[in-house]
This record gives sequence, structure tokens and C-alpha cells, in this order.
Amino acid sequence: MNAETDTTEEAGARTIRMEVMRFRPGEDTEPVFQGYDVPLMADWAVLDGLNHIKDQLDGSLSYRWSCRMGVCGSCGMTVNGEPRLTCGTFLTEYGQGPVRIEPLKGFPVIKDLVVDIDDFLAKLSSVRPWLIREGEELPLTTEYAQTPAQLEAYKQYSMCINCTLCYSACPVYVLDPDFLGPAAIALAQRYNLDSRDMGDRFDVLNLDDAVWGCTFVGECTRVCPKHVDPAEAIQRYKLTAALRSVLPWSRR
Amino acid sequence: MIDVLIVGGGGAGLRAAIAVAEQDPACKVAVVSKVYPMRSHTVSAEGGAAAVIDIGDTLDEHCYDTISGGDWLCDQDAVEAFVAEAPRELIQLEHWGCPWSREGDGRVAVRPFGGMKRERTWYAADKTGFHLLHTLFQTTLKYQDIIRYDEWYVTKLVVDDGRVHGVVAVEIRTGRIETIPARTVILATGGCGRVFPFTTNAAIKTGDGMALAYREGAPLKDMEFVQYHPTGLPFTGILITEAARAEGGWLINKDGYRYLQDYDLGTPTPTPKLRSMELGPRDRLSQAFVHEQHKGRTADTPYGPVVYLDLRHLGESKIDSRIPFVRELCRSYQNLDPATDLIPVRPVVHYMMGGVHTDIDGATPIAGLYAAGETACVSINGANRLGSNSLPEILVFGRRAALAAAEFARAHRDGEPRAVRTQGEDERRLLEREREGRRTGERVADLRERMQHTLEGAAGIYRTGDVLAKAVDTLADLRARAEEVRFDDTGVAFNTELLNLLELRTMLEVAQTIVACALNRQESRGAHQRTDFTARDDDSFLAHSLVHRAPDGTPSVGLLPVTITRWPPGERVYGR
Repeated sequence: MNAETDTTEEAGARTIRMEVMRFRPGEDTEPVFQGYDVPLMADWAVLDGLNHIKDQLDGSLSYRWSCRMGVCGSCGMTVNGEPRLTCGTFLTEYGQGPVRIEPLKGFPVIKDLVVDIDDFLAKLSSVRPWLIREGEELPLTTEYAQTPAQLEAYKQYSMCINCTLCYSACPVYVLDPDFLGPAAIALAQRYNLDSRDMGDRFDVLNLDDAVWGCTFVGECTRVCPKHVDPAEAIQRYKLTAALRSVLPWSRR
Repeated sequence: MIDVLIVGGGGAGLRAAIAVAEQDPACKVAVVSKVYPMRSHTVSAEGGAAAVIDIGDTLDEHCYDTISGGDWLCDQDAVEAFVAEAPRELIQLEHWGCPWSREGDGRVAVRPFGGMKRERTWYAADKTGFHLLHTLFQTTLKYQDIIRYDEWYVTKLVVDDGRVHGVVAVEIRTGRIETIPARTVILATGGCGRVFPFTTNAAIKTGDGMALAYREGAPLKDMEFVQYHPTGLPFTGILITEAARAEGGWLINKDGYRYLQDYDLGTPTPTPKLRSMELGPRDRLSQAFVHEQHKGRTADTPYGPVVYLDLRHLGESKIDSRIPFVRELCRSYQNLDPATDLIPVRPVVHYMMGGVHTDIDGATPIAGLYAAGETACVSINGANRLGSNSLPEILVFGRRAALAAAEFARAHRDGEPRAVRTQGEDERRLLEREREGRRTGERVADLRERMQHTLEGAAGIYRTGDVLAKAVDTLADLRARAEEVRFDDTGVAFNTELLNLLELRTMLEVAQTIVACALNRQESRGAHQRTDFTARDDDSFLAHSLVHRAPDGTPSVGLLPVTITRWPPGERVYGR
């Protein structure tokens, strides 16, 4: 696979050319693009095009996907330069083509379109993304009360599907892999702003590589397929952290 | 050695892992999953989770709804345990941070649901499964002792002398094949919807756990009971939640007529009535669709006949507050807005009532082997599961299986038998040979498609003996052909073609059991409707199907009595 190769569908229906980045670890020294012509169907997402390639043209192509309804977060890739969920991005958006599919940028490539996201998972764990409680718990016969307004305060941040598109789009993360990054901070805020939570995660958020590393470009929010707005989460915590530095006993 | 090894990182698997970690930190627990846990299919569940919470509701009523919904094929002792423990599990999720939707005063809100006589379905808007899974996953991160094998695919259970001793698994990223010894194994791999062509199920739902157990001699139970959800989007099969009807949505045919009134499901009312019309059970609603089709009252689309779900009268603000995901899905995947447009829908394979035969604690007949969730058949779902019972099921039985497994592990401290090594070596050699591949033969995808269409034709909403009998032969033929497929990827790293082949073989085994059980059950009950045996036959078939793998690899079906405690078999009454 050292030269660009072609695999063409039989003539007939309209087709669109998909240029797919290929990389086999241990065999290829660098990635190459491989072109495939797939049917241009009105209802087909980019993922349907990839599945057509995998099922009919070239079984060796590797990529992740599962729910194909925009909620499992597996199928993020770079589509014509933009980080996108391929199940919710339609081929017809790209007119005559070609449409170029690359792995998510900012992550090491394992094979073809599959990237290593373990770094994100470690960062997620580091912000203690669980409800922190102190003192005596209510018995399992009673819920903690939470009004719709209290729910609204953090609900948006709880919608993160961990697709990591925001990391791929983040100019800071691409240059500095130690940056805690948009989704992990948004999820920390998801708990910080939850009326039932008693932690504040100051130690992991108030760092140069955490909220203070963000240069507020806002790409994370622009690419988020679930409208989570991590950029806002980060700016809000900067304010919280600044206040807390002045008033160390304040919580949020 | 691992004490409790859980295969599957969805709701049941993660609930089990937390139960072990909380109860006994000395107990070594691991989760092996072919995807990162937060990608598991629990994430797609939408409408809600049922548990009695309101004053005025009772455990007995939840039991009755479940048992009548299941056409009296549920084991009633299991249903009673399930219903009794469901409330504490949902409250536990609340204590772990699950963003349940709320009433104005801060209490958890509940909504109506199909086949339920009371409002008892807890919800987090219409992304209940998503929030439940992420809450569980993030809570597991608190327990650093939980070992995770993310993106490992289990190919075999190591079973020796009637007892499980671990698994053989492939690390997908590197292709490394390893034997993981364990004192107990809990199968929590979910369902098998992908044996059908048109399904709400994610790509990963290939019945892995069912086949793993079945190949080692554990029986599967009630495999003929496949649930069609009445409202899937054509082409994609994306689910439009029952909550859309619970919030007041109507099902109408191409003439705008609320056709369910013609099928003994009640009379139309402007607002939803419990256990009536659009809030009838899923089996009856999907069957009504087929009759509408035969009467020529469905509309044609490039992706088959459809009826319509009408939400327009609910208004934008109710849609946005109660079922925002429905709107998001319709806009993104169907290019329409339910606030102003009708949603075309048709029945879609959604859930497997059957699964690995277990007792009330998730134990299978193989010592040390447990199963929970959709993989298992306890059975609380009988011949037809009620919507919003599956989420509490994965929690209640995930926890029960975990506690039983941990106890078994504590009582069996002996070392690993020689079989662990020899079976592990054999399996490794097999897989390595497989990976070398063949450059000729049929593609995995072509065989998969044939299997799926065979199942749809033979084991769909209505079944007939002779078509099922033909499917037995077709599947046997496909199984032989699946041993000789063509292979493009001979690499070791992230070889999804090899995975797809292993999943195909898994699905073929499961498909055979579905067809065999459907052929054997000469009656109509719940989701199993035979055109050649149209009535329920309690004299012959008030019993579970129990299917073993015979030595020649074919399924062998027998019957097992149903446990009846307090609700003798009766008529299923909806809307009257």
C-alpha cells in the first residue's frame, strides 16, 4: 500500500470518491490515501460509505463504529479536515466529492482510522467524574431532591458522549498533550455544578495545564456534536478558581 | 487470579463491577469489553426505567403488568424479586448522580409507558440509557481496583469438569491472544439484534455472551421471543422511543386513522390512557402494523411500508422538554421536524427476551458462570418485555449476579486446573491459523446478509412452520460456509475483519437457536406468532423453551416449566 491505489465500483448509479487514510502499524512507514468509489445515496452517511467499502470492496479497512445514532461516540473521524461523527455526516454534503476521511487529529494512530484515546480516559478519571459526598448518606429509599432549575445548571455538561472531537479540534491540545482538555473539564464542571455534589476539583482544574491552559479559541464548542459548550465550562471555572484564590473557603 | 471476571461493560456489567468493588475490596474484579464501556449499547436506551415509587402504585401492580405483558411466560418469583429491588436500584443511581428528570418540588419525575397501568417510568429526558451508562461508568472510575480490559474480545470460555475457569480473549489493538484465569465469569454482553437486517441494535450486538455459554454446554432459554419495537425510522432502524407515545403521540395509518382501535387495544382518547391504544404492549402494536399492511393501509417508501407517528399536537415546547432526542434524531437522520411533520415508522427488531438460562441470582448450570441483562433469561420478560423494564433489569440482576459470583469465588480458593493452559493454547493456535486468512471464498458481509434475511423471512413478527424448517437448512449451510470465508486483513493490529468473522459465527449459532425454538413452539404467545398455530396453548406450551447444543453442533430444544407464584394464567386485556 505504498502507492495510491484505486478500487472502483461497477458503473451504474452515481458514485462519490472517498479518499481514505490507510496506515498499517509495523508495515507502513507513513499513512497513504486510498481511493474508493462508493454509491452516492441520498440517505447515506459517511459511515455508510465506509461500511460499503469494508463489506464490498476492502475488508482490511479498520475504523470504529457502533450505535450509528450519534450517542455512543465511537465514530469520530476527520472528514474533509473537520472532526465529525461519521454516522451523522452525510455524503451528499460533499456534492461531487471527493470526500477525504482521516483519523481524528491530535491522537496517535493505531491503524487506519482508529486512534488511541487512552490519554483522554486517563484525563477523565483524573477530574474525579463522580458525585463526591461528605457525611451521612440518605438511605436507598429516598432520593436527593433536585429542582428542575438545579438540574438545568449542569445538564448541558452531562450530555458529553466522550467522542473526543473537541480534543481533535483544540489547538492547545494538539501542541501540548498534557493539557487537560475540553471534555474532561466540562465533565468536571458537570459534577461541580450539580447541587448534590460536594467537591470542587480545584486541585486538578486550577493548573496551567488545566483551565489556565485554554486560550479560548472556542473550537471545542464549535465542533461538539452534542452542543455541550466546553469553552464556556472552562471560562466559568476560571472565574471560580480566581474567586477561590481570593476567598479560599468559597466553593463555586 | 481474578475472582469475578465480567464480560461486557454496559449497564449490567458495570453495575456488577461496582457491586463487587463496594462489597468486598479484597475481591479482584475485572471488566472485559470489546468496546470502551461508555460505548456500550445501554447508551442508546431512551425512554426510561420502571420502578414503583409513587404513592398509589404497588409492587403487585408492577408484577401484574410485567407478567400479563409477558403473556404469562415470566418466572413469577424472578419478577417479584425484580420489582421489589428496582426502586432501590434507581435511587442508588440517583445517589451516584444520574440526572433523572424532576418534578417542580425536586422529586424524581415519572411518566407513563406501554403496558404499564401506573406512571412508574423514571426518565432522564429521552436519553435515559445514555445517562445511566455514563453515571455507572464514571462511578466505576472511583474504584481504581476495578481492572479494565478495554477493547478486548472474548473468544472462548474455559470450562473444565462443569466449572468455568476463565476466558480466552484477543486484545483488539495488538492482536495479542491471552488466557485470563478467573474463579467466576459473568456474561453481560447484551443482546443479538444484529442477526436481523433491520434493528435498533448497535453494530456490536452480536449475541457474543449467548454463544460463549451455549458452546460450552449451558442452555439458552426462550430464544424464539424476539421483540419488534413498533416505531423505528425506516432505513436506519433508529429507535423512536415509546416515550413519544407516552407523552401523547399517536400512531396513524396512511389515511390519518388511529388504527390501533381496530385491534382490541381500546378506543382513541385525545390524551394518553394507560394500558390502552398507543400505550399497549409492543408485541400487539407491531402485530397490528402487519395487519394494516395487509389491508393496504400503510404508506410505501423506498425502505418498505410505514405508518406514521404524529407528535405535531404536542407542540414544540413539550417535545423539547420531554423528548428532545426524538427531535434531534428526526432532524439529523430523517430530515424532518416532528413539531411540524409526521414521522414515518415501522416495526424494528429491538430486544431479545431469551438468553442464557439462569436462576434468580444469575447462575447458569455451569458452576461459576453467571449471566445478567439482555444476555440472560432470568426470566422476567416472558414472551414480551414491557418498555422500561430492561434498564432496571440490568441493574437488579447485574448486582445480584455480582454478589452471587463474589460469594462463589470466596468459597472456591483452589488454583487453576491444567485445562486453563491447554484450552488457552488450543484456542490461541486456532485463532492464529484463522488470522492467516484465505484469499478466496465468500465475504463475511455477504454471509451475514444472507443470515439476516433468512431470519427476517422466517422469524419475523409472524412465523410459519415450513418457512422455519427451510431456515434450519439455510442456516446450517451458512454455518459451513462461514468456515471458508475470504479474508483481506491478515494483520494483527485492530483486525476488525477477524472480529466480524468471529461475530458472524456467533450470530449463526444464536440464529439457529432462534429458529429451532420458534419451530418447536407450536402456539402463538406474545412476540411469537405462528400463522399455523394461532392460539396460545397453555396445556402444551406454558413452558420455557430450553435449547442445548447437541454434540453435532445443532440445537436441541426441550421445555422447562414456568414458575407461577400468585398470578395464574389469564387473558391479556388492553384498553377495555
